[in-house]
Amino acid sequence: MASVTLVGNLKLYTGGVTDLEVEAENIRQLFAKLGEQFPELKEHLNESCAVAIDGEIFQETIIAKIKPNSSVQLLPAIPGG
Amino acid sequence: MQEKVGNVPMDADLKWVGTRQIRPDGMDKVTGKARFGADYNLSGQLVGSVLRAPHAHARIKSIDISAAEALDGVKAIVTGTDFPEQESKMSPAGEMMVNYNHIRTTVMATDKVLFEGHPVAAVAATNQTIAKKALKLIKVEYEVLPHVIDVLEAMKPDAPVLHADLITAGVSPAPTKASNVANRIELNKGDMEKGFAEADQIFERSFDTAPVHQAYIEPHACLAVVNQDNQAELWVSTQGHWVVRAHCARLLGWETSQIKVVCAEIGGGFGGKTVVYLEPLALRLAEKSRRPVKMTMSREEVFRASGPAPGTHVKVKIGVKNNGKMTACFTEMMYQAGALPGSPVSQGCMAAYAPYDVENVQAIGHDVVSNRPKVAAYRAPGAPMSEYAVESVVDEIALKLNIDPIELRLMNAAKEGTQSAHGPKFGPIGLIETLEAAKNSDHWKAPLGPNQGRGIASGFWYNIGGQTTVSVVLNEDGSVNLTAGTPDIGGLRASLAMMAAEELGVEYNAIQPVIGDTQQLGFNFLTGGSRSCFSSGMATVEACREIAQEACKRAALIWEIPEDAVMFEDGMVRPAGDNAGAHEPMNLRDIAAIAGKTGGPIVGNCSINAQGAAPSLGTHLVDVEVDPETGKVDVKRYTVIQDAGRAIHPGYVEGQFQGGAAQGIGWALNEEYIYNDKGALDNASFLDYRVPVASDLPMIDTIIVEVPNPNHPYGVRGVGETPIVPPMGAISNAVSRATGVRFESLPMSPPKIRHAIDAARAAGSTDLKM
Repeated sequence: MASVTLVGNLKLYTGGVTDLEVEAENIRQLFAKLGEQFPELKEHLNESCAVAIDGEIFQETIIAKIKPNSSVQLLPAIPGG
Repeated sequence: MQEKVGNVPMDADLKWVGTRQIRPDGMDKVTGKARFGADYNLSGQLVGSVLRAPHAHARIKSIDISAAEALDGVKAIVTGTDFPEQESKMSPAGEMMVNYNHIRTTVMATDKVLFEGHPVAAVAATNQTIAKKALKLIKVEYEVLPHVIDVLEAMKPDAPVLHADLITAGVSPAPTKASNVANRIELNKGDMEKGFAEADQIFERSFDTAPVHQAYIEPHACLAVVNQDNQAELWVSTQGHWVVRAHCARLLGWETSQIKVVCAEIGGGFGGKTVVYLEPLALRLAEKSRRPVKMTMSREEVFRASGPAPGTHVKVKIGVKNNGKMTACFTEMMYQAGALPGSPVSQGCMAAYAPYDVENVQAIGHDVVSNRPKVAAYRAPGAPMSEYAVESVVDEIALKLNIDPIELRLMNAAKEGTQSAHGPKFGPIGLIETLEAAKNSDHWKAPLGPNQGRGIASGFWYNIGGQTTVSVVLNEDGSVNLTAGTPDIGGLRASLAMMAAEELGVEYNAIQPVIGDTQQLGFNFLTGGSRSCFSSGMATVEACREIAQEACKRAALIWEIPEDAVMFEDGMVRPAGDNAGAHEPMNLRDIAAIAGKTGGPIVGNCSINAQGAAPSLGTHLVDVEVDPETGKVDVKRYTVIQDAGRAIHPGYVEGQFQGGAAQGIGWALNEEYIYNDKGALDNASFLDYRVPVASDLPMIDTIIVEVPNPNHPYGVRGVGETPIVPPMGAISNAVSRATGVRFESLPMSPPKIRHAIDAARAAGSTDLKM
């Protein structure tokens, strides 16, 4: 299972939980499982969230692969100037 | 996710990548022939002009346009009611999530004006004189409301509230009363209590930074036409024409396919041209009048009504061991969002300690609205302010602990494998390499003169990828057309042509790169986030490799051998081995000549959502001289050192470094918005808003560090934003070391410095050096 950390305000929608283990093969599955577990979190995942998988940051994609032992962080989306 | 392409080793013998080619758009630009936003004209066009609010905060009681409409020569007028209402929620816009209610409110006020300069109506008339006369005939009845400008004032419980429905997000339980604090963000890593308990010393300070404008030389400009079939065309100065199309379609209630957007050459954007201001107004006026409508902002309008970077208040507290090792880092930051929520405070929180490997970090951010124009992105949005504050305290630690500031940073530097404060573990990054290069530079070793100080600061920015489409066409004569969709701001066309020439084994001049319009390519996210060379470069390489593969296929058909028995190497198609037969190798020109007879035109198309952008870190050195009589600061010497991954065109990488430093010098020393007690901007011109000019700047030296990004075929990291992060810290540290006074407020203008020196003298400071 991938170890997942919620960075920033997402813990407001998980009852304070920031670290958890999730079985997911890609970001779509990760979001779906987190959304099932924490319904309030669902809209915030789709709203504006970047996903770091083993150090690489993915934005606006749901198909990036997650390995069973991946370290995953969900963080605020990164804009640019 | 797109498949990652094969990487080109850093020691590969390359013909074009890494050289300094002349930009294909250069001659037109230096001879004045290039067409920028305001250079487009159509027969019968009207002039569009905007009526702007004279009050910082007021309720609109009524708008009467009847007299203006009756004026001869006026062809159309729009007000807020001409734009459909938008729900206040985050919605997709191309690749972004945006709040269209906020964008609509920024583009045109409806029930309230929220800042001086807020658009209230727009007119299209046969000439500028008539348009201005019509604006004067529009009668707007206001109920003036109390206003608030300063970020800390806006946070007070008794401050005038801009939005009656604005409840602070990020707080549990949610407040029951509206305020100007739109959002509270908190990032945590480790255990702060433990970290500060482990510290031998704790350093704590608060800093203020003024809002600063991106100060692009070319004001916003566009030309719109809507034909009888309701097909619209828009020529515009923008950093992202697909994003302009998405915003305009939504704001006007049109289908995206109705609008074609052509990006003009751009005279600077720096993040400020990632949004829309005039474009929806011009399109609606063009629709109403059935005439082309041209709109341009004056410099005054740019200052009054287009987004600056936020002003901020930032508190920093760092715990260190006596040997300089950081044990805990805290920051709380309040960022001005302007009149509507959405400052880059979360990026400020995440970037504040990114250059450092610290176990315990906490960052708290507040997104605060006030009666100013809505902020817009400005190079590394949010990072320069928080990192300035942190770098100032880091310098103070070095001074107090008597540690060399480079050694202190090296001791605490983030590196590959460091768990960043904002979450992910870093891959290969080049901060240590930039610090080592600084230490070994002539600049660092050079002696200083009287009243001079040397400052150093490091900086971080994430960089992004995103949706990108590139098309490469092998023409029948062997020449190549390359069409990309990310506007070329800093030499993109040259850089893409160089990568294409390298991949295809042809001469650089054989590639003709252009930026296509929204009907020529699939969606392209904007040029921002330091992404264009990274993302469009990645797509260019893939498109070229598709051409190479197709060339092999065509040769295989001619030679009547299997496709996998043909290889592409150095621009030649040749048999892959002895058993493939003895066939005369062919170059791309040979293949192009037989393309029609072997299956048709050869085109490489690549549409990707580019991922794998890697952060760029930099370190700046600066020497300043402070005039003890006037408080004026002269920048005597400046060196930018930054990790570029691989510099595709070193000249343009250096240009980004130098441009960021120049803008940072303005941010540090002179630039600020000055509001009067009525909430009106008093310095809306380049005469009174002082950006650095050539005589203010020394030659800005550069050192390019290359730690390749493993996620890009040529190792590219974006370089456009990081260079604006370190200057404010570096200059403040230099001024502090020259004077013996620690400065906590930007800009460090002469009166402020003079006052600080006098105050330190009056207080009997033993640190004072002048």
